[in-house]
Amino acid sequence: MARAVTTRHKTIATAAAWIVALLIFFPILYTIITSFKSEQEAIQGFSLLPSGTMESYTEVEAQRGYFKFFLNSVVLSVGSTVLALVIAIPAAWSMAFSPTKRTKDILMWMLSTKMMPAVAVLFPIYLIFRDTGLLDSRVGLTVMLMLINLPIVVWMLYTYFREIPGEILEAARMDGASLWNEIIYVLTPMAVPGIASTMLLNIILAWNEAFWTIRLTTTNAAPLTAFISSFSSPQGLFWAKLSAASTLAIAPILIMGWFSQKQLVRGLTFGAVK
Amino acid sequence: MKLRTLTLGLLSASALAFAAHAESITIATVNNGDMVRMQKLTDDFTKANPDIQLNWVTLEENVLRERVTTDIATKGGQYDVMTIGTYEVPIWAKQSWLLPLDKLGDDYDAKDIIPAIAGGLSVDGKLYAAPFYGESSFVMYRKDLMEKAGLKMPDAPTWDFIKQAADKMTDRANGVNGVCLRGKAGWGENMAFLTAMSNSFGARWFDENWKPQFDQPEWKNTLQFYVDLMKADGPEGASSNGFNENLALFQQGKCGMWIDATVAASFVSDPKASQVADKVGYALAPDNGLGKRGNWLWAWSLAIPAGTQKADAAEKFVSWATSKHYLELVASKEGWANVPPGTRTSLYANPEYQKAAPFAKMTLDSINAADPTHPTVKPVPYVGVQFVAIPEFQGLGTTVGQLFSAALAGQSSVDDALKQAQDAATAAMTEGGYIK
Repeated sequence: MARAVTTRHKTIATAAAWIVALLIFFPILYTIITSFKSEQEAIQGFSLLPSGTMESYTEVEAQRGYFKFFLNSVVLSVGSTVLALVIAIPAAWSMAFSPTKRTKDILMWMLSTKMMPAVAVLFPIYLIFRDTGLLDSRVGLTVMLMLINLPIVVWMLYTYFREIPGEILEAARMDGASLWNEIIYVLTPMAVPGIASTMLLNIILAWNEAFWTIRLTTTNAAPLTAFISSFSSPQGLFWAKLSAASTLAIAPILIMGWFSQKQLVRGLTFGAVK
Repeated sequence: MKLRTLTLGLLSASALAFAAHAESITIATVNNGDMVRMQKLTDDFTKANPDIQLNWVTLEENVLRERVTTDIATKGGQYDVMTIGTYEVPIWAKQSWLLPLDKLGDDYDAKDIIPAIAGGLSVDGKLYAAPFYGESSFVMYRKDLMEKAGLKMPDAPTWDFIKQAADKMTDRANGVNGVCLRGKAGWGENMAFLTAMSNSFGARWFDENWKPQFDQPEWKNTLQFYVDLMKADGPEGASSNGFNENLALFQQGKCGMWIDATVAASFVSDPKASQVADKVGYALAPDNGLGKRGNWLWAWSLAIPAGTQKADAAEKFVSWATSKHYLELVASKEGWANVPPGTRTSLYANPEYQKAAPFAKMTLDSINAADPTHPTVKPVPYVGVQFVAIPEFQGLGTTVGQLFSAALAGQSSVDDALKQAQDAATAAMTEGGYIK
């Protein structure tokens, strides 16, 4: 009897999980479906059966080459994440293994920078970028994306590092490991799963960042967010083309996410089991 | 030796890079059909000007507006040519943000630009933006449904006729709405339509002392007529319909009449996209016999920001894109029906264009019927037919648009919406220093 109840609970839970997952995934699915419709079909109302035309994809590629935007997205998201890790690993180490009484405040202060609406600092940032010649440059935008995501990277790594017993690091120190060796050869290998999920999640965040990537670029450094935004039209139907552009833009990150879902799930639920 | 070669190499490489950089201009634009076509035809320009390279930035309309405003206000210098509308030009020109276009070339023939359009893009007699395509608004209607209703659309209908025709054409059982009008909130959406409409009802945004006029009977008549008309004969959910939504409805045969941009004529008469392509007739926007019609005036135009380092190359491009030669180029590649409309008088005298575009005469008449410098029956202190050319209008127009959209949706009464609009406008005008 008890067994039957468990199975039933399991079934309900599984069904509920599927419903929630489908609800969350549905907008993406509908975008993909719409991308295979003609513009007329796209605006005609709800339908899950597209005619299967590829005209939006052909049109989108003919109007603006995809590859240049794609390349910029890769450079910006990977570059900013690597840069963030280089800064965040030592920072998270110090906070996790030699905390002071101010550590919690510092962590909170770092996170508080995420609470401000981005548009509030648009003008100062724009002026700094203008004066340093960084407008529309990959270098400038990489640094910007790194700064935006740094608090999250530090927080995630800090939480992972806290799970690693300090005694192991102590033992390494007793064996004569320098600080640098301790971080590189002892801590990092043990935290690889945590670092990997942090990295993946931040690549996704940087890939999808649409406020700064649209506002600080024009042509040279414009990533896929700018590519999508260019297909909206004030006079003329554009839903199918916009959907095709969006599908092209999310496809790489969706595939990457699929292959690394184990790490991602761990990354997204970190701390949840404690 | 090696060092010398390396230095020379580096120097020439940087010289080359500099040369390429010096001649590449960046053009910011929106994703409208005519703009997309222009990007495909730029070989013609680069062949004649091999030293100028063109970079395009296409953005969503509101993002474009925000980006070019940020760039121009901070003198960021990211753009050499920008696509802006009739609303921005007078404001930005007065702030010295734009360069006057006085070197467009000897064969440019600036006098050929339709006077009403040129007037909206000039300040103190100087042209600050060159029109790429211009538009007014007019009535597009289904000839078959009009006949079925036993009516004949005059060339210049009144609002009463529109109401009468809409009532007769409405057949909700068969999915036909007598009239489709904009309802989506926004200064460039429902307020473009309603402001132009209010002109024909004798209303105005402000009196000569910038006092808001929403508490006057003219505005009450405008909004009440609009809400009643849409309730009786408009499509369901009209308060979220903008240009594109109404375009789709009309193309699917769900509207008897649609009063909107003249540029829509080429969409609704295109047999590839429209199910009613061969049944569309055109008429001037309605009036109430007060001397003003309910049609607007707009031109997507190319302007050069004052911060550019490449003014000469930019002006060469603007001249090419808005020239008579460009119109002929489009005609030779894609046919006369696809030529950007509403900019040059000579186009409307061209018999080939008249043949390819049955809406040509009505478009020109509509454009000529709008006067941005005297838009209303009573005098006003502002320029602009469907907008008020002051910086505050974007925000205020959208706020009022939301109030009127809510009235259309039945969330508030016409009187409440007007009262709140009056309060919002009074507050904005007081804050802006217009009301002392």
